[in-house]
Amino acid sequence: MSLERLNTWLLAATLGLGTAVAHAQATQAPDALIKAVSTDVLDAVRADKSIKQGDVQKVVALVDAKVMPHVDFQRMTSSAVGRYWRQATPEQQKKLQDEFKILLVRTYSGALAQVQDQTVELKPMRGTPGDKEVVVKTEIRGRGDPVQLDYRLEQVGSGWKIYDVNVLGVWLVENYRNSFSQEIGANGIDGLIGKLAERNAKAGSTPR
Amino acid sequence: MKTSLLTRCLLALLIMSSLVVGGCATVKDARGGPGQRLDPWENWNRKVFSFNENLDQYALKPVATVYAKVVPQFVRRSVDNVFANAADAWSAVNNVLQGKWEPAFSDVVRFTTNSVIGIGGVLDVASEFGLEHHFEDFGQTLGRWGFGPGAYIVWPLIGPSTVRDSIGIPFDRAASPALLINNGAAQYAIVGLQIVNTRANLLGASRLLDDIALDKYTFLRDAYLQRRRSLVFDGDAPDLPDAPAAPLPAASSAPPK
Repeated sequence: MSLERLNTWLLAATLGLGTAVAHAQATQAPDALIKAVSTDVLDAVRADKSIKQGDVQKVVALVDAKVMPHVDFQRMTSSAVGRYWRQATPEQQKKLQDEFKILLVRTYSGALAQVQDQTVELKPMRGTPGDKEVVVKTEIRGRGDPVQLDYRLEQVGSGWKIYDVNVLGVWLVENYRNSFSQEIGANGIDGLIGKLAERNAKAGSTPR
Repeated sequence: MKTSLLTRCLLALLIMSSLVVGGCATVKDARGGPGQRLDPWENWNRKVFSFNENLDQYALKPVATVYAKVVPQFVRRSVDNVFANAADAWSAVNNVLQGKWEPAFSDVVRFTTNSVIGIGGVLDVASEFGLEHHFEDFGQTLGRWGFGPGAYIVWPLIGPSTVRDSIGIPFDRAASPALLINNGAAQYAIVGLQIVNTRANLLGASRLLDDIALDKYTFLRDAYLQRRRSLVFDGDAPDLPDAPAAPLPAASSAPPK
């Protein structure tokens, strides 16, 4: 992996998560949706000085309120947990989902705080109309090299929801799969929940 | 430190023969599925990874942090550009080897434009003209030729790689401005600068990584493997069939088949 890209990788990984649908009223085509929301998010970040200065708490609040309700977290979590998901009790499933959500929000916010004057460009979308699941490809352009940023969306009712994000060739949920199953294998599902909670608590207090 | 092309070829052959025998024998499926199937040397890799992490924490990161504080942004950008320029020349070679003529031509134009108008690569003029980097390296070329990645391996200092990509390491490392300089001390200085500069660029990312990875080793390994697969397919990797969850840890300590 060209490590040079890791910085923008993490930026875009969470940027991608954040741009997860906002205008869910009309049946907007998924790619138009992604473009609209991505631009929206980037504009909001550019306009807010305290975000530019790196106020992660502010970004977390913004993201939590506006953006996260539109990501299909259950699917993301169950996909990352894999076959163990069915073995988990509803209570455990809820806890997993909550902790994973916090993790993703923080990842998103942390990276978003590093955004400066980027724009989003949509790439031609493949797939047939009528697909229930699509991949929308975009590119983040700005300083440095363009960053590949793809989304997997599924149709939910009249809208679309994101259930995975690809940055520079890495699908985020897939990347957590091995980590999760490794932890479950070692310490069980409760062990994973504990580890996630610990990671979330620790990150909240890491000095920058 | 100046190593001839012959030495580099011999080194590559040495790596290839020692790894291919060991690595490929244990890896039948080169799809890049569950990480554990491609990491038969996990115990060793974790030790090296740990060594690299310590080296980073106590030596490299402090230096890079000071570098990032002290060196102005435009100087850092220029340093980036010079090294990227050398990489473009190597990328051109690899594009030719892969039969991708248009990207090869683009890389050649990038290299010549930046070397001449960009004053030895300091200014990235070619990007202003809309020409983009292609980042091709020898590992990708081998991938394009049909070689699977082989086992995941972490090298001391260099970091993550695979059997296939390791064959290219001596060549990829050689593609550097250091080639042009005869003075050994200056060559070391250039390599040192490249390492520190790269590390400085990754400071924000590595902080974030510490927050979001449950197990840094696993997370980085899987990201690396996904990324390399994507690079071989130039961003259009076909989907893998849904991989089942990786087997329980007992399997990872089992001897390779």
